[in-house]
Amino acid sequence: MRYQTQRIAYWYFLAALALFAVQVLGGLTIGYIYIQPNFLAEVFPFHIVRMVHTNALIVWLLLGFFGAAYFLVPEESETEVYSSKLAYLQLVILLVGTLGAVIGYGFKVHGGREFLEQPLWVRLGILVAAVIFLFNISMTVLRGKKTAITGVLLMGLWLLSLLWIFAFINPANLSLDKMYWWFVVHLWVEATWELVMAAVLAFILLKLTGVDREVVEKWLYVIVATALFSGILGTGHHFYWIGLPGYWQWVGSIFSTFEVVPFFLMMSFAFVMVWKGRRNHPNKAALLWSLGSSTVAFFGAGVWGFLHTLHGVNFYSHGTQITAAHGHLAFFGAYVAMNLAIITYAMPILRNREPYNQVLNMASFWLMTGGMAFMTFTLTFAGTIQTHMQRVLGEYYMVVQDDLAIFYVMRFGSGVAVVLGALLFIYSQLVVRKSEVIRPGRANPAPETSDPIPGE
Amino acid sequence: MAEILTKSRARNIFYGGSLFFVVVFVLLTWQSHNYIVTQSTAGMPLIEAVVHGKHVWERNSCINCHTLHGEGAYFAPELGNVMTRWGVADDPEGAFEILRGWIDSQPSGIEGRRQMPYFELSDEDVRGLAEFLRWADQTDTQGWPPNDAG
Repeated sequence: MRYQTQRIAYWYFLAALALFAVQVLGGLTIGYIYIQPNFLAEVFPFHIVRMVHTNALIVWLLLGFFGAAYFLVPEESETEVYSSKLAYLQLVILLVGTLGAVIGYGFKVHGGREFLEQPLWVRLGILVAAVIFLFNISMTVLRGKKTAITGVLLMGLWLLSLLWIFAFINPANLSLDKMYWWFVVHLWVEATWELVMAAVLAFILLKLTGVDREVVEKWLYVIVATALFSGILGTGHHFYWIGLPGYWQWVGSIFSTFEVVPFFLMMSFAFVMVWKGRRNHPNKAALLWSLGSSTVAFFGAGVWGFLHTLHGVNFYSHGTQITAAHGHLAFFGAYVAMNLAIITYAMPILRNREPYNQVLNMASFWLMTGGMAFMTFTLTFAGTIQTHMQRVLGEYYMVVQDDLAIFYVMRFGSGVAVVLGALLFIYSQLVVRKSEVIRPGRANPAPETSDPIPGE
Repeated sequence: MAEILTKSRARNIFYGGSLFFVVVFVLLTWQSHNYIVTQSTAGMPLIEAVVHGKHVWERNSCINCHTLHGEGAYFAPELGNVMTRWGVADDPEGAFEILRGWIDSQPSGIEGRRQMPYFELSDEDVRGLAEFLRWADQTDTQGWPPNDAG
């Protein structure tokens, strides 16, 4: 750790991991309610637990992004964070807001727009925290060196914070409400978050592979350009059936088809940089997570997104388990795995030790990724059958759901694997019992030890 | 691509192109906003009961089990066309009565069946909710869903 204020990231990552545990346990619970519908039906009904599941996910991913920013901006800008007090204040506001929201949900205090259920005071708190963050991190960059990585990262974080304004705009007209709701939801996960993801990926690859910065940064600009060129008008794929004009079916189909491109480029970028790289970085687990993240994001967000994005297909598949399948793999690949990659990379540095527990960490990668892949397959099969029975044959919803029971049982099994993987990951980060570092394999021509890169 | 596409060119394409697409998106949004207000949702006035119904819908987080125009939690039936399914899309009184009966009969308590919780709603709430769902039902959603099953 070269800059003392990078330590801020440690506390953000800890908070993120705690909420990660809450998120997957919430997911496991609703997965169980799918197969045992009477479970908790009176105390914590499905809709409350689902709120905890989705909200915990969003908040922990954001905490991870903030942590990543506090970790990598000082290194990139070569200066300390402008104010650690503000950074910790921001964390406290976010945690108080999250705890307040979750406790409130338990007592059925919540709003009613999906994912934006937080009470007004929590949403305002998030806004204040975002403003503090933007001020703090922008001041840091302004007084230090400006690189493409910090530029793209900051642009992503600025834009996603500005889009949060739409969390306060809730027109009485349902179709207007839905249209502006997507300004937060779609333009977060399919536009601005991609900027953050690409910037973090570029940073990790720069450190792990030692490839020339010029090359990395050029790739970064190309990736984020394709992300925004496709993603902004790609919002149209949510506008097909909610009361908007028919031309969105063409705009949405065409542009969201191109949303595959940035994810394909990110995957190619990761592999090409590793092939070109001349460094033998000891943190193999971080490398696995980076390659895995970009690959699973390509399949989850890219391929599974394209699967049902053309309006002729979406007319039948819209709002079935197909959407659930895509949502789960896309979020895991793009944002969960990328957060776990930066946490895996940063934790040893933040705790000032070698990257221990890599075997456990890599085992957790395969458990989680295998579980998520299996979950995606079961939900895709369930969704295909649901689409045919309900949308083509016109059978009623509950009749169809009863026929899908076997898939929900298998989904619960895959959920168990994901939870075990997540808990194993957290354990591998927090508990070190003995020193162990993996030697590079014989096939690897790079020297076993490389010159340290500044900042390590 | 090494010579033609330099880093600064890539950066300029990124900023310039993104700005272009933002402008196009804002213009289309503006047009869509007007289309929603004057055409697709104009079939039924946005009266007070509908607005109240939307608050009831939100206060009870119906979206975290049901879907509405295909968006929501996929755990319970689609409600964008429920009034058509019940045959009361043009019958406010019938819509109120059938919804009142439905809300009061939950949860079913049947073992192995998904449980809709009991929500304590006044007659005004139920009437609003019924009007809100009738209002959503008459929105021009480009022919979606494909059939009455939702």
